[in-house]
Amino acid sequence: MSREGVPPLPTKRPAMAFEDAARLSLGDTQLRFNMGKATTTIRGKRTKVVDEMPDWEALREAGRAIKDRTLRHLDKYLIQLEESVARVGGKVHWAADAEDANRIVAGLVKSHGAREVVKIKSLTTDEIGLNEALAREGIAAYETDLAELIIQLADERSSHILVPAIHKSRAEIRELFRRTLEGTEGLSDDPKALAAAARTHLRKKFLTVPVAISGVNFGVAETGTVCIVESEGNGRMCLTLPKVLISVMGVEKLIPTWRDLEVYLQLLPRSSTAERMNPYTSFWTGLAPPGDGPDEFHLVLLDDGRTKVLADRIGRQALQCIRCSACLNVCPVYQRTGGHAYNSVYPGPIGAILTPQLVGVENAGSLPYASSLCGYCYEVCPVKINIPEVLLHLRGQVVRKKQESFLGRLSPENVSMQGLAKVFSTPRRYAAMQKLGRLGQKLVVKNGVIDRLPGSLGGWTAVRDVYPVAQQTFREWWAERERTVKPKLPPREETRP
Amino acid sequence: MTSSRETVLNRIRAALKDVPASERPEDVAVDRSYEHVDHAPERERLERFIERVREYKAKVKVTRVEGLAAAIAASCAARNVSRLVVPADLPEGWAPAGVTLIAEPGLSNDELEHSDGVLTACALGISQTGTVVLDSGPGQGRRAISLVPDYHLCVTFQEQVVGLVPEAVVKLQSAAESPDRPITFISGPSATSDIELNRVEGVHGPRTLEVIVVTALDVE
Repeated sequence: MSREGVPPLPTKRPAMAFEDAARLSLGDTQLRFNMGKATTTIRGKRTKVVDEMPDWEALREAGRAIKDRTLRHLDKYLIQLEESVARVGGKVHWAADAEDANRIVAGLVKSHGAREVVKIKSLTTDEIGLNEALAREGIAAYETDLAELIIQLADERSSHILVPAIHKSRAEIRELFRRTLEGTEGLSDDPKALAAAARTHLRKKFLTVPVAISGVNFGVAETGTVCIVESEGNGRMCLTLPKVLISVMGVEKLIPTWRDLEVYLQLLPRSSTAERMNPYTSFWTGLAPPGDGPDEFHLVLLDDGRTKVLADRIGRQALQCIRCSACLNVCPVYQRTGGHAYNSVYPGPIGAILTPQLVGVENAGSLPYASSLCGYCYEVCPVKINIPEVLLHLRGQVVRKKQESFLGRLSPENVSMQGLAKVFSTPRRYAAMQKLGRLGQKLVVKNGVIDRLPGSLGGWTAVRDVYPVAQQTFREWWAERERTVKPKLPPREETRP
Repeated sequence: MTSSRETVLNRIRAALKDVPASERPEDVAVDRSYEHVDHAPERERLERFIERVREYKAKVKVTRVEGLAAAIAASCAARNVSRLVVPADLPEGWAPAGVTLIAEPGLSNDELEHSDGVLTACALGISQTGTVVLDSGPGQGRRAISLVPDYHLCVTFQEQVVGLVPEAVVKLQSAAESPDRPITFISGPSATSDIELNRVEGVHGPRTLEVIVVTALDVE
């Protein structure tokens, strides 16, 4: 079950700009129905479990502050983690980029003569294209989370951080299972039956495959403890049954102390699956006693662009993310386009700020515009990432990047924006332009709005209507009022007592 | 050649130029004014625990300590459990009559899978979230025994049930520091919401979780 047929997600340069990909998604009515239903449901549930917490805002603030503390002293804490993990029998590896990490993991798997690995759902290993890299080395990686299995069997890509197959209906999943899994001829589309089919299919793998690969939800510098949060038990299977466990951890997943988990174990489940607690959370501190876990534990610490994000004082807060996906479910843009339009492992509002920083704004310049700036994502973020602030900051970078090149400076957009900047800089020019606009717009106003601007300005109206310049501006109205109304007012002295 | 370790650490230090060299981690304030302790009376705390474990589609049974053995036996009988996995240090008097006990350690995964269920104690319960916590302590055995069998029967004593998550985290500090004591939080049976967000109980872990709460209080 290799994924050689599926190209990995483009990490360096998305295959398609967001606005083009979004237009395709918007035409898919099944997708819009599935996404709308899913996001509305989970949003409602989340609100209910968050509202029962009297100290939610205090927890959010603590969650933000702990991550801020960690990020500002990341080097010290990483070294502390390395020492802690070594003390309890694990081995730490450092990976500067995706290639580095894939080479380390493939090397470890091959050193045990293994040809198969079982995997726990992990965004980080998706990001580095680990499955594809292993396939090139002749190693088959089996995804064990139900949704990830569906995606893998369908040779598709995830469309949601938490529920990757959310865009697929039960009928589609049944057809997929019937086509790809043995003994499923009479399978119904009841979610219970579908889950049972996955259970039967994967059980063999858990009991026989010698190497497991996981991501990391939290790594504790103080104790060297690693934490995995999940629901199905496939995570526990991978963490305890195989002989070798390799966990790949983005450097931002670090927290300083065991006690800090008291904050995140409250914030994460309620924000992500809208549960008070997810069914299974596992913590292990190095090697468990013989017979109670793998004989070897490897922790791969991954940079892969994270230090670039860290270097940006405003953008840095994106590294606070605990991957709960609350921002996806409330986003009016994500709700309508689904995750595929983002062309990134990280879709939705968090993807719109994380991806351009990880791969460079020059490679994902349309993503910071995939937002209505309504601010709902900031409101629900359990660790208070100010996503709108970072979006605006990145939009500025996109523009400045374009202005760096000669052609960019001469582009119609830049020329007209520079012109506009001049117009806005003095009231006299502004008023003159308004008058000119009022005359000019007569050709394009239809039914009270402008739905198509000519030439290069058409890009603006491709996705929105523009309101025309008013027949009388406020300034004109005020000036006229000064002329006509004021003389009728009684002299000021007479109004005094 | 610089190692990846040095590369990453150097990049981090370069990225953090804005952080004053004199700043220590503790200088970044963390306001911990969230709640640390549940002040609700014990009965209320226990009732909430029972209610929330049930909300997760787990079964809950309440018994007095002198009725524990009978309660365990009744639960096994109700499910036709004839081969029950138990940890080596199963507390005295818990063994249900009429059931073959398969004792740890040394069971293969296959033996675990072909058992009818497992009986364990726990480290603590969390009322706020309806969670039972295992930390490889007395009567709990290794992690696989509460994972591979399809039925998990777990005994919790009233005094083990704490109110809030922070109370549990404090109690687990020493287990977290020890490689010998991996910790597992269990909230209801294995579950998934991956298909159209319909919650389905039972994927890879036990499809049935049953919690026996031992208390002298009259709670239901």
